[in-house]
Amino acid sequence: MTTSNSLVYLIALPLLGATILLLAGRRADKWGHILGTLMSASAFAVGLYQLSQMLGRSNEARPVTQKLFEWISVGTFNVDAGLLLDQLSICFVLLITGVGTLIHIYSISYMSHDHDRRRFFAYLNLFIAAMLLLVLGNSYLNLYVGWEGVGLASYLLIGFWNQKPAYATASKKAFVMNRIGDMGLSFAIMIAFATLGTVSFEGIKAASGTASTAALTAIGIMLLVAATGKSAQFPLQAWLGDAMAGPTPVSALIHAATMVTAGVYLITRSNFIFDAAPTAQLLVVIVGAITLLFGALIGTAKDDIKKALAASTMSQIGYMILGAGLGPVGYAFAIMHLLTHGFFKAGMFLGAGSVMHGMNDEVNMRKYGALRKFMPITFATFGLGYLAILGVPPFAGFYSKDMIIETAFNSGGSKGIILGTVTLLGAGITAFYMTRVMILTFTGKARWDEEAHPHESPLLMWLPMVVLAVGSVSSGFLLSRGDALVNWLSPLFAEHGEHSELMKPIVVSGLALAMVAIGVAIAFLKYSRQEVAAVAPEDVSVFTKIARQDLMQDRFNEAVFMRTGQQLTQVLVKTDEAVIDGAVRGVGRLALGSGSILRGMQTGFVRSYAALILIGAALLIAAIWVVVQ
Amino acid sequence: MVDLALAVGQTQTPEAVMFWILAPLTVAAALGMLLVKKAVHSAILMASVMINLAFFYIAQDALFLGIVQIVVYTGAVMMLFLFILMLVGVDSSDSLTETITGLRPIAITAAVGFGGLMVSLLGRATLGRGAVGLESANSNGNVKGLAKLLFSTYVWPFEVVSALLITAALGAMVLAHHQRIQTRPTQRQLSTQRFRGKSLANAAGLPGPGVFARHNAVDVPALLPDGTPAQNSINATLEARGDMLNSGVFELGKVDTSAGEEK
Amino acid sequence: MDAANYLYLAALLFTIGAVGVVVRRNAIVVFMCIELMLNAANLAFVTFSRINGDLNGQVVAFFTMVVAACEVVVGLAIIVTIYRSRRSASVDDASLLKR
Repeated sequence: MTTSNSLVYLIALPLLGATILLLAGRRADKWGHILGTLMSASAFAVGLYQLSQMLGRSNEARPVTQKLFEWISVGTFNVDAGLLLDQLSICFVLLITGVGTLIHIYSISYMSHDHDRRRFFAYLNLFIAAMLLLVLGNSYLNLYVGWEGVGLASYLLIGFWNQKPAYATASKKAFVMNRIGDMGLSFAIMIAFATLGTVSFEGIKAASGTASTAALTAIGIMLLVAATGKSAQFPLQAWLGDAMAGPTPVSALIHAATMVTAGVYLITRSNFIFDAAPTAQLLVVIVGAITLLFGALIGTAKDDIKKALAASTMSQIGYMILGAGLGPVGYAFAIMHLLTHGFFKAGMFLGAGSVMHGMNDEVNMRKYGALRKFMPITFATFGLGYLAILGVPPFAGFYSKDMIIETAFNSGGSKGIILGTVTLLGAGITAFYMTRVMILTFTGKARWDEEAHPHESPLLMWLPMVVLAVGSVSSGFLLSRGDALVNWLSPLFAEHGEHSELMKPIVVSGLALAMVAIGVAIAFLKYSRQEVAAVAPEDVSVFTKIARQDLMQDRFNEAVFMRTGQQLTQVLVKTDEAVIDGAVRGVGRLALGSGSILRGMQTGFVRSYAALILIGAALLIAAIWVVVQ
Repeated sequence: MVDLALAVGQTQTPEAVMFWILAPLTVAAALGMLLVKKAVHSAILMASVMINLAFFYIAQDALFLGIVQIVVYTGAVMMLFLFILMLVGVDSSDSLTETITGLRPIAITAAVGFGGLMVSLLGRATLGRGAVGLESANSNGNVKGLAKLLFSTYVWPFEVVSALLITAALGAMVLAHHQRIQTRPTQRQLSTQRFRGKSLANAAGLPGPGVFARHNAVDVPALLPDGTPAQNSINATLEARGDMLNSGVFELGKVDTSAGEEK
Repeated sequence: MDAANYLYLAALLFTIGAVGVVVRRNAIVVFMCIELMLNAANLAFVTFSRINGDLNGQVVAFFTMVVAACEVVVGLAIIVTIYRSRRSASVDDASLLKR
């Protein structure tokens, strides 16, 4: 294992930026955004340097470690604050810092009119640092620190405009729902320590061969809970739609490209646990399959462009989770889809931000239309992202998504057929709602408000979009050429035997493209041929209504968890008042009562005390008299 | 052998005589201490108890302690008691009625119980055992024997006790010390006060006690020219303690001047 | 005559002193009663010294005397101080603990 002293700079640079920007206050308003961007870019440079170093070494020597300091040393429990950069982490490092830097650049312009732009950049840098710590930690405990850090940054950024109560509530909702997942992670760490005696990746990997399946299943399920919280997977997905309250660059960076994919990272990183716990692995697949349909269905009904994209993110991460749940054969494809998704979804979010920028922050797609002529660059980049997410060859999504569909079909038996069908269906629905977004936004008649003056965004905004669009076009091809990513990651994962091939890849691709074509056609018929109402129609089918309400997830949570929670709290409050307070007051009354009785003995006359001493002495002598007898 | 041990363990006849004479006296004096009204009488009875105890010490071959008992207790400690009694008021006598209800019967019951149990306990503990006697221990003389013990085995307690003595002396000084709260008035201030006061009556000084009265003791107020007693001619403490004689009986006109001169 | 007679006498004197402490109100008399109790203890010590045939008891009695002297000095100083502020030597007057 190679060691390096420069890993820490990856985290230290953006953390330094955040510290300076937060401590310097208003003095840094003039140059804060430049510093933040530079810090992110320099972290990216360190990442590139590490990649070049890594490429120069043989497969086994590629992972790099750095011990920062001895963190916890209690008895047999020793955790070092250590960093680990291996083939998996470097993918994330480059995605986080690369896309992160682009979004920093984009934000300089996007947030230029905001009074608190410096604070925004401080939070962005904080997020980058925390996210890097998450993917670089060499143990679950180190990962946990980053995990909480990105949760905090996400909370701060969703509620960046917390002067609006709805936004503040959205940030709180995201934070609370993330806590449930965080609890899962902490439970996983505790179980790992209790049963395996270690929390480091290396240690658990070594111990997983001999550990009991029950313990590994418990750890795996808890890790899955953590992943569902952070990655907005069923049943903890409800926060992601509301998280769109944050500024659009935040949605692009945190809630599309990086943080929400932390769950995928966690499951992929824990491959040795899931491989040894088939039950947990099956649950992962089920969660992924449910969420990919769930998100896609929500996406069909959303009129808010950002919420439609958020639903799409949910669905796409469902694909990744499903891929990661398929075992050694699927991990690499999950990561590949994660990377390509990072490009095209971030690009589309930035496009949505660009549209909002030109349309006075209007987010309702029914108030858009015919923007193609006014925003050609945005249209082009968004369109490339659209083709990528659909999986049209040769764009990025084609390579990554088709691989997951194919792997799902080939996972064997009825499971393979069900999963394959679900993923195919998801692809069709994705095509439908993304086409809907495209049509409503860029084509058809203009349905703007009077004061809207759509215009193309400035250079600093469209440049990152163009870069990401290039990524959307080429990343899939580059990563899958000669199985580049699969081979790159293969040392980390267990060997997988040849699977029975249910369908040939060409057949799967054909089926997927057919589904996509059907989805596009339906959307085209429904939204391009008919007039689109500027106000969402109310006389819609009950399914649409349900889909508009995020498939009743909020109502379900409210009815099942919030109401019962409130009742439980009320019962607890009453118990507290009656039992605990009663006991405390009772003790007080006891002391008071006995005190007022005993007070009578205190005459204050020294002679009465002397008499008491005399009585005591007499009793003592009597006792001696009795004992001696 | 048994007879010899018995003979050694028995006190000699003169001692028995002394004991049976002095012991009842001691108990009587101690009881009297409880029962007399005046504190001075208590002190006198106490002194007699202590002297009796000194005799008992000497009778039991504790010569040194007997002398110390007389010198320290009857000499120094009792003097201190009497001195304080003088300070507080010799004549004051206590009322012996009990003010705290039920205290006296409780105390006496407890004391009788205590004493009775103690005596019966002592009887059981020592019955049938004779005294060894101090003849061998005192072979070099009682004082030498004591000194040897004090300066060898007990040297550390001895030093500690000396520290205790010094501390007690310092403590008594601190307690008796009176902190002046105001600055002492100067001569000039006193003069100003005397002449710029409300009246010039005392400008030439306070009247002395006994002036123009039949008695010239310090506790008899002087008589003013009109024959009324001058209250400010005697010490306020005497007045407060009620030790002032009423000079009204010596007022002019009331005194029988017709009587002949004292022979 | 038995040496234990001295012990009975000491017990009697001690009891009388204890009663005096409780019954009498004049602080000085109370103090004298305490001295009586100490002296009774001394008599017991001297007697034990004789019974056991060594001088340790007398040494302890000697120490008791010293401690008693210290106690008298401090106690009488306290009485004087109280008398100075309250014009009374009755122990019942110093019952401020009650209030």
